[in-house]
Amino acid sequence: MEQSYFEVLRAGINSTFQDKGRFGVQYMGLAPGGAMDYQSFLLSNILLNNDKNTGAIEFAYQGPLLKLVKGKTKIAITGNVFFKIHSQKGEIVGDPYRTYDLNEGDQLDILATKASVYGYLSIECGFKLDKFCGSVSSQPRAFIGPNDGKKIELKDKILILKNSTTKENKIIRNIKFENKKIFSVLPGPQFHYFSTNSKKQFFSTPYLITKQTDRMGMRVLGKSLKNLVNSNIPSEGIIKGAIQVPGDGNPIILLSDHPTTGGYPKVGSIISSDYDDLIQQNANREIYFQLVTLEAAEQQFTLYIEKIKRRIANIEKI
Amino acid sequence: MIKKITNISDQGIICDFGEEVNKDINKKVISLFNYLKEKRNKDEIKGIYNIIPSYNKLVVHFDLEKNNSHKLKEIISSIDLKKLTSSQSGNAWTIPICYDDEFSLDLENLSKSLKLSKDDIIKSHLETEFYVYMIGFMPGHPYMGDLDKKLFTSRLQSPRVQVPIGSIAIAEKFCIVYPYLSPGGWNIIGRTSIKLFDTKNLTNPCLFSPGDTIKFKKVNKSELK
Repeated sequence: MEQSYFEVLRAGINSTFQDKGRFGVQYMGLAPGGAMDYQSFLLSNILLNNDKNTGAIEFAYQGPLLKLVKGKTKIAITGNVFFKIHSQKGEIVGDPYRTYDLNEGDQLDILATKASVYGYLSIECGFKLDKFCGSVSSQPRAFIGPNDGKKIELKDKILILKNSTTKENKIIRNIKFENKKIFSVLPGPQFHYFSTNSKKQFFSTPYLITKQTDRMGMRVLGKSLKNLVNSNIPSEGIIKGAIQVPGDGNPIILLSDHPTTGGYPKVGSIISSDYDDLIQQNANREIYFQLVTLEAAEQQFTLYIEKIKRRIANIEKI
Repeated sequence: MIKKITNISDQGIICDFGEEVNKDINKKVISLFNYLKEKRNKDEIKGIYNIIPSYNKLVVHFDLEKNNSHKLKEIISSIDLKKLTSSQSGNAWTIPICYDDEFSLDLENLSKSLKLSKDDIIKSHLETEFYVYMIGFMPGHPYMGDLDKKLFTSRLQSPRVQVPIGSIAIAEKFCIVYPYLSPGGWNIIGRTSIKLFDTKNLTNPCLFSPGDTIKFKKVNKSELK
């Protein structure tokens, strides 16, 4: 049988292959990477009955324009995404969190994420991708991932593992997109390095998300934090969500492609259940941080998992 | 041994072995790392994403759906570190280095600031048996020590925007190799052609492991591949 594939007619701004990430290898200096918004990534696969860690295309702001040159497939797009499908029958505006069939010659135009950053495209059975250390996640800086970790580029051929065989389509209704403003933080290992007044300001005044934000980190600008001890520490392990504060006092929140170790003190860490919402915040938006206890963070995590499960339970056939 | 274990996230804990940076402490970190890594690989401890050793800390990143910090702290606290086989010695490597002027971008300045001749710096660097404290920052990037005291130096005032691949550099009592093109603020004294991280090697992509020892061997430019 002939190989089914998409051709990339427009690459989009930051389109890469992602799954849950690479684990058990951080001691080699290799960051976990993986989908920035895990929940959206997961739902794109669940809608298609895929294995939940099947590689998806992650895009930021503007997604790719893809032409299905050969084959037949079923897609699901998640996130707050505006997209169109061009087929022989004409053009339709698609809804995220719903599956669609694509036939040979159809074009999928992922125009924009609305008031958010990341979106996901999965296809039935997944793309044909090579894994490295158990994952297809791309890390362009380290040349790791399919196609030597390169971002998706114009004229790339994206191979489809298997043609779609299922008839019915599915949908999750009533997904609400809200812009969270307050993000919960647990104290970091060097919490005590910072002045009481600085911490009071950090947890009460707004911080602006700057344009210097990518898959590696988010720089926020507000009241700078005063370090009373030392602005360099012996490098230690980092996990995503850590808020490091270099000598200039301006916090950087470390995201999925973070360096594996770092030598700046960390005032805190974004709680896991707030991470997906945080990375969906656009540049120039103001956010606040609030200090919470471990118990509260763990409780929020349970609610986060329950919410995902509810959404999965609400998948309907159409 | 472990001074304290604290949360750094709802899915992460840090085992703190103190503030000092020396081989003895690091060897304890690595013995705990090796122990936990084996438990993780055999799935005897559930839900561990990553275990990250550094100079004097060990971070454990876990999946809160499958484990929690309370249980993990209990498991780690109950381990008798003295009984862990610290006899596990690392690999010994010899790594080629070329100190030619075109590669040793900061050797001239170091010679002035350290008040040593370039040859003295090179001699001291070649005599040292380096110990890999940790791999971090970028894939395959080793942090090695300890330099002879007379080579202790601070980082560059303003970091380079781009450091050539394979550059070998020093700062404080440590020596590193840059495996990728990247920004960097360490003092570059030479270049190697050894590949530190090989994505084509699917079983063991990272050349060095924490605990390995390394000696440098001076080579000519023509011997660098």
